[in-house]
Amino acid sequence: MPDTTATTTTTTTTATPDTPEAPAKPETLAITLNGREVTAQPGELIIEAAERHGVFIPRFCYHPRMKPVGMCRMCLVEVSSPRGPSLQPACFVSVADGQEIETESPAARKAQEGVLEFLLVNHPLDCPVCDKGGECPLQDQAMSHGPGESRFIEEKRHWAKPIVLGPLTLLDRERCIQCARCTRFAEEIAGEPLIDFFSRGDAIEVATFPEKPFDSYFAGNTIQICPVGALTSVPYRFKSRPWDLEQVESTCTFCAVGCRVAVQSSAGKVVRFLGIDSGPVNQSWLCDRGRYGFEAVNARERLGQPLCRKDGELVPVSWNEALADVGRGIREAVSSQGPASVGIIGGARLPNEGQYAWSKLARAVIGTDNVDAQLGDGLPAELVVSLPQATIDEACHSKYVVVLAGDLREELPILHLRLRTAAAHHGLLVVDCSPVPTALAEVAAAVVPAKPGESAASVPDLVGSGGPLEGVDGSDVVVVLGRPSVSESADSVAAAAAAFVRALPGVRFLPALRRANVRGALDMGLAPGMLPGRVTLEAGRSWYESQWGSMPASAGLDTRAMLEAAAAGTMRVLVLLGADPLCDFPDRDLATRALERIPFLVAIGTLPTASAQLADVVLPAAGPTERGGTTTNIEGRVTHLAQKVVPPGVARQDWVIASEIAEQLGLDLGFDHLEGIWEEIEEVVPSHFGATVEAVYGPAGADGVVLPVSGVGLSLLPPGADPRRRLDPVATPGIDSVITQGAPMFAGFAEVPSGQVAESVAIEEAWAGVEPPALSADSVRTSGSSAPRPAPATFDPDRWPVPGAPVPDSYGFRLVARRFLYDQGALVQASPSLGKLAPRQRLHLRRKELQQLGIEDGGKVRVRSARGELIVPVELDESVPGGVAVLGFNLEPVDEPGLASIIDADEVAQTVRIETVED
Amino acid sequence: MGRLSAENRQRAEAIVAVYPERRSALVPLCHLAQAQDGYLTEEAMEDIAKLCGVSPAEVRGTASFYDMLHTEPVGRYVFAICTNIACMLAGAYDVLGHAEERLGIHSGQTTPDGMFTIEEAECLAGCDRAVCVQVNHRFFGPVDEEGFDRLVEDLSAGRLDGTVPPHGVLNRVHRAVGLPARQPVSATISRNPQSAGAPPAGALAESAPSGDAVAKATPEQNPRKEKEGEAG
Ligand code: SF4
Ligand code: SF4
Ligand code: FES
Ligand code: FES
Repeated sequence: MPDTTATTTTTTTTATPDTPEAPAKPETLAITLNGREVTAQPGELIIEAAERHGVFIPRFCYHPRMKPVGMCRMCLVEVSSPRGPSLQPACFVSVADGQEIETESPAARKAQEGVLEFLLVNHPLDCPVCDKGGECPLQDQAMSHGPGESRFIEEKRHWAKPIVLGPLTLLDRERCIQCARCTRFAEEIAGEPLIDFFSRGDAIEVATFPEKPFDSYFAGNTIQICPVGALTSVPYRFKSRPWDLEQVESTCTFCAVGCRVAVQSSAGKVVRFLGIDSGPVNQSWLCDRGRYGFEAVNARERLGQPLCRKDGELVPVSWNEALADVGRGIREAVSSQGPASVGIIGGARLPNEGQYAWSKLARAVIGTDNVDAQLGDGLPAELVVSLPQATIDEACHSKYVVVLAGDLREELPILHLRLRTAAAHHGLLVVDCSPVPTALAEVAAAVVPAKPGESAASVPDLVGSGGPLEGVDGSDVVVVLGRPSVSESADSVAAAAAAFVRALPGVRFLPALRRANVRGALDMGLAPGMLPGRVTLEAGRSWYESQWGSMPASAGLDTRAMLEAAAAGTMRVLVLLGADPLCDFPDRDLATRALERIPFLVAIGTLPTASAQLADVVLPAAGPTERGGTTTNIEGRVTHLAQKVVPPGVARQDWVIASEIAEQLGLDLGFDHLEGIWEEIEEVVPSHFGATVEAVYGPAGADGVVLPVSGVGLSLLPPGADPRRRLDPVATPGIDSVITQGAPMFAGFAEVPSGQVAESVAIEEAWAGVEPPALSADSVRTSGSSAPRPAPATFDPDRWPVPGAPVPDSYGFRLVARRFLYDQGALVQASPSLGKLAPRQRLHLRRKELQQLGIEDGGKVRVRSARGELIVPVELDESVPGGVAVLGFNLEPVDEPGLASIIDADEVAQTVRIETVED
Repeated sequence: MGRLSAENRQRAEAIVAVYPERRSALVPLCHLAQAQDGYLTEEAMEDIAKLCGVSPAEVRGTASFYDMLHTEPVGRYVFAICTNIACMLAGAYDVLGHAEERLGIHSGQTTPDGMFTIEEAECLAGCDRAVCVQVNHRFFGPVDEEGFDRLVEDLSAGRLDGTVPPHGVLNRVHRAVGLPARQPVSATISRNPQSAGAPPAGALAESAPSGDAVAKATPEQNPRKEKEGEAG
């Protein structure tokens, strides 16, 4: 650290009350740590300061992402005070100038040993049968900081085990050391205090209220942070031992938050995901969907062999035969009805490289622009790529976050968690204006539900006089923008975005799109009229002609239009890239007609979905953890996906499949390995320029690259920083029983080479003075072409007019089709643990409406729309505003009539009538 | 019963209003609910959770910390027999053993007829009359084996009804001071319905049965307990 700060009094700052945010770079304090003079930041906890200086203090309850409680006393160290040295909990006491700290003095050692011996008094020591054995902080610290032998020879307490805390969370009470990490997480971070300590003394236990299980999407985090084997998960329990595991750092691809994970496998099978502390994204937390979703990768029904329809049956064939069939189908369609008779639906879950390959295959080889990664349930690609973008960190640190989206806890759980933490503990003001208050409403500064279908009309209420955003500076506002309801058209949401931009200049957005790499898909041009690099077909035509050779003549169809054309008989080939329109498209009737009528249907994916059952050719693809590449999250952050296991059977990588099909069509996509594709992307795709292979595929420990790359946005590791990943903030040095591949990870503690002192430095700070890569139009590496690199699309509010007002509500209720984290989608249902957690369909109404309709809570009603009707039970839900009825999207098994048969996702608003039914 | 009665709910709201933080009213409300039903029913804990803005698990967690609060049904009379040092030296374990034998239950259990619960207690601050026994938080002592038998007989016969209120009742007079004036409950000193007709607290000592019946078991008002329980 700079020696600018004197060792004299540094406790007061010179900032006057008038200039509260004087650019006061925090002064540093001088402390003596085990006899060594070091510096510390004001307010820093002793345990943190010591850790930065390479001194490990044992701990159990301390967790760097939660408030300290000083509960377990394991971290007692000797601290000087005016009255002489005293034992203090290092996780709870902040450093003070001139302080002398002894972490290994005889008194400190004795205290630590004493605490450990006490903790072990009632601990069963059943390590050989404990899931945590081998990676257990209690085990480790008993060896490193314990007395070595116990004097306790009495009988220990015995309790029934395991106790079911929640659907996937089990508790062994005997092993619990009462660190309160789990209960604090539930209360402080998740905001769902469903578990607490009961009783007192040696009878104390973690438990739930009767009939109120620990039913939280975030419950799995408590298992990860439990420092002993007290909490175990149903999916991992007794599955492996740490020394049998291999692990690699990757990104979760079950939604578009893009949490960083350690993918752990045993004997070639993925058995566990653990959250990695990626500061700008998930800060070590995961949702249970992401944590346990890997079960779908191991599912027995996984596709491992190409299938072709012969005599009406799908039968296994060789890749050659299947690919030849696909090639023939596409060639026939193109020669008979032109390239526009071929359409490609899906691809939002592919890695960027696969998406780019498919985008190139469609445009340059087949010649069609009929590509759409979204299934009529997302936002227009042009809107998403052109809106001023905010990162998750920027949203959390801004003054206001407006949520105009579905319930983020159900759609992008860790984004919900980050915003909730910021609102509950750091003063972020959340304005929830989704038509049905979301889970964030509880911590929101204002809850102003927009009328379903009239999102744009609600903006003046927010910014106008008396509104929660009246007179607010647009640069202080981030809008989380998504489809608040599948039955509210995307145009309505786009118009709302335009209204925000007009009313609040400087406002930024975070798109709330769910599918894992949907942001990458839009960036890679898997949307009609959009080419890779956030440019429109028209703007990018000449550039891509120079790069790829040829371009489709005109903009293509979106998913709905493709399905309509298929149903009308004007489409000849549909390729489903992991998409399952029968299940996921908001109009099940149209999807069924289209897929039944289309002459040639190709399904490429990991699972035999309902839609794949109708295909003529089914090609097995590698799934999550089985493929490398990169993925892009909602922020536009590109992170590396590492392959951990091999795909089942002969399933192939998506980009390989695209290349093979191109070859069948007589053209070479020019790819032979993943990094090569990224190199081409970096060179060709305007928005990705500067995001080099080195930056994106490494270095270890970086948090990815936010696009477009601008100076410090290229968040490579700051010089001198430890590239290893922190996996478990409690574990001790030197104990790392898991074999790590690729990026190094460590179980806990950064040991700094002696003599060298690592100071925690903000990335920006570390990069100060480092020249950002020069980015300008002329620095383009043109590969011999003279066409100018196109500019990314910019946002034009006038492009998104307010759609016509919804038709008068002759039907009485406005319908909100909301999403749930667990639904009947193929990925969730292929995971045995998660599939059964999908809720059953219910119509949510508030009490007043129930009474007016004369319906009992739980009684059945008929919901009738202009398109169809559905009979469902009602559920009383006081959070639903008046005149609104709420149904869940994709909650019915695909073979039963469901919500997708009564809504029209292109309507501004869906109105329904609710009638009682006679039994 | 279960849920808080309308009257208790009103009182609960008045108590909540006394504190700057809602959740500070948690323990007083637990006493209120225990006075209503003799123990904390799940429904009452859910009501309290709503009133205090916490989760039911947090209410149960807090309630289960305290020996004076019960989250399981208890007998009509709860004996808390002190076995801490002073009482132990005075023969507390003999009294406890005798009590268990006499009632046919172990400490922590309730007789099948729902009359009596025995609990082993830490120092009750009545060491001067060791062995000290509380019955529904009313002090008796010194108590020996015969004294315990007489206590059981007197309680069974209803002879101590004027002294020992139903379990959970801390004060027969609700406090009015401190509650906000706008709350209707503060306007009058209301009496707990269950103890209607009972003499005011101060008169308890005099109204206790005297003489042989409880020769070695004199009821004792503990001023500190009264104060603590005032909000209830
Ligand atoms: S269950 Fe685990 S995390 Fe929870 S208090 Fe016990 S030891 Fe700590
Ligand atoms: S929030 Fe999304 S990315 Fe993160 S763990 Fe959950 S599913 Fe995976
Ligand atoms: S008291 Fe400091 S880590 Fe637990
Ligand atoms: S020791 Fe029994 S009351 Fe104090």
